[in-house]
Amino acid sequence: MSEQLTFTYTIDGNDFTRAGEASSSVKNKLKMLGVGSDAIRKVAIAMYEGEINMVIHADGGVITVSVSDNDITMVLADKGPGIPDISKAMQEGYSTAREEVRSLGFGAGMGLPNMKRFTDEMHIDTELGKGTTITMKVHL
Amino acid sequence: MDKDKFMRSVRLKESACQGCINCIKHCPTQAIRVHNGKAHIIDKFCIDCGRCIRYCPHHAKIAVYDPLSVINNFKYTVALPAPSLYTQYNNLTNVDIVLNALLKLGFDDVYEVSAAAELVSEASREYIKEHMDEAPFISSACPSVIRLIRVKFPSLISRLLPIKAPVEVAAEIARARAVKKTGLDPEDIGIIFISPCPSKVSYAKAPLGIEKSNIDNVVAIKDVYPLLLPHMKQDESQLIPLSSSGRIGIGWSNAGGEVAGLLTENYLAADGIVNILRVLEELEDEKLHGLTFVELSACNGGCVGGTLTVENAYIATTKTKRLVKYQPVSKNHLSENPDAGNLYWADNVEYEPVFRLGNTFKESLKMMSDVEELTARFPGLDCGSCGAPTCQTLAEDIVRGDATPNDCIYVLRANIADLSHKIKDLASKQKTDGSLSDSSSELLDSYIRTLTAELASFGVPGHARKEVSKEE
Repeated sequence: MSEQLTFTYTIDGNDFTRAGEASSSVKNKLKMLGVGSDAIRKVAIAMYEGEINMVIHADGGVITVSVSDNDITMVLADKGPGIPDISKAMQEGYSTAREEVRSLGFGAGMGLPNMKRFTDEMHIDTELGKGTTITMKVHL
Repeated sequence: MDKDKFMRSVRLKESACQGCINCIKHCPTQAIRVHNGKAHIIDKFCIDCGRCIRYCPHHAKIAVYDPLSVINNFKYTVALPAPSLYTQYNNLTNVDIVLNALLKLGFDDVYEVSAAAELVSEASREYIKEHMDEAPFISSACPSVIRLIRVKFPSLISRLLPIKAPVEVAAEIARARAVKKTGLDPEDIGIIFISPCPSKVSYAKAPLGIEKSNIDNVVAIKDVYPLLLPHMKQDESQLIPLSSSGRIGIGWSNAGGEVAGLLTENYLAADGIVNILRVLEELEDEKLHGLTFVELSACNGGCVGGTLTVENAYIATTKTKRLVKYQPVSKNHLSENPDAGNLYWADNVEYEPVFRLGNTFKESLKMMSDVEELTARFPGLDCGSCGAPTCQTLAEDIVRGDATPNDCIYVLRANIADLSHKIKDLASKQKTDGSLSDSSSELLDSYIRTLTAELASFGVPGHARKEVSKEE
């Protein structure tokens, strides 16, 4: 069995000023582990986008990050409204963010597309009214 | 060369250190520990920003630099005044007053760093224009910023503007001109920088981006400032015209000064180490969009806020604006400066993974898991009594072998309570049984010995660590 390390973060909903704290913490830990800067960059960007999504759409949630020899796995679980149309949500520029959120510079419709672009694997598990769990992997 | 890699000019004056925890709390890279009642700066973590110098209430953090007497070591000396020197003085309207005073002080010639800064601005404008697709670029003029990026932000190293700092360009030009003028060997010429900060002292000895600096010695503005005053009362009409820099060059000493010379609107200029750390984090996460250039200065207010200056940084900024008000934008152009040579970096800056826990990923993973476990044992107060800035850093130190859990007074207190309970139990056993068996009596002895040792180490962070290393 290979070594595995898990970190858990609780994301506060509706607090934009704190979004990014979890990805920043993970980034520092990955640096201390000696993970290459390319992988760190991918994890940081994908996770930040995920965090922002949880803040905007789902009133927060829980992120679990596991690091093993082979990959970094991020599981973002929320109890939000769910994603009605995943293929639409995956389109660049498509956003269901509220107007006041957009006026803050968020909701450009790049969240999920960026999460996909910066990770090697991504799986979305969503149920309307129940919540969404996104699993992303960055290979090492 | 390698041993100089982490050379620093911020040092501890041990006799003044009271062993308090102010410095460890303010260090942006968590490079300081207090062990055995004295602070200790960890070379590889320190970026020479000088923040501890500002915060130490006992003035136990000092900057090392050269004394002005170094001008006697050379046959011919050229002073390189940083533009921040000018704004130390009140009501200065003519830079030549300062420059002439430097000659009176004993320098043979002067060359303004601000003049070279205008060449650097021009070269930067050209470089950015040609490499627009690689933007944003990060300013490389502040050595502490480069050192911070080198140890903490590997993905941003490639964004550093690969152009020499103004002082380096000034030093090259000054030496070339002095050789032409005097016919002396280059080694006989002393190029002496009058600096606002200690990080330039380290830079001159162990530069990044180039192999060897042309700066021979670095003296402090705060040393030179009072010595110039008596020489500044000269009749202005008698001054030798020496000044040759405009608004851009002199403005480099202020936050926002470097970007002002780039004539771009898509910039970010941040000053102060805490602010620039935030900017670097956000740049790393690609959260900042539409930027061409990012100017970062470790000191609040820019170079005028350096720890070797005398004047308040914000007053100095106002004085800068007043001083350059009637100056042309720029007085220096690359095409007119054949002595400028190559302005670009020759070497790459390499990532130094000093914060990495282990030597391999596997080892680091194991160590990180120990760090997490240990951190959970600590109270999370980040009180600093152990000598490390946070509970997490103490855990890291322990895993690296530089501390023990008992350095945490809360862990120590729990251990002592536990021991005293055990002793109490044995003592009451003795009362009921009349006497103790040999093994129980031995146990009691060992408890008391441990208790005595732990109490002795109480309040002396690092004590236990020292005992351990003695045994080794």
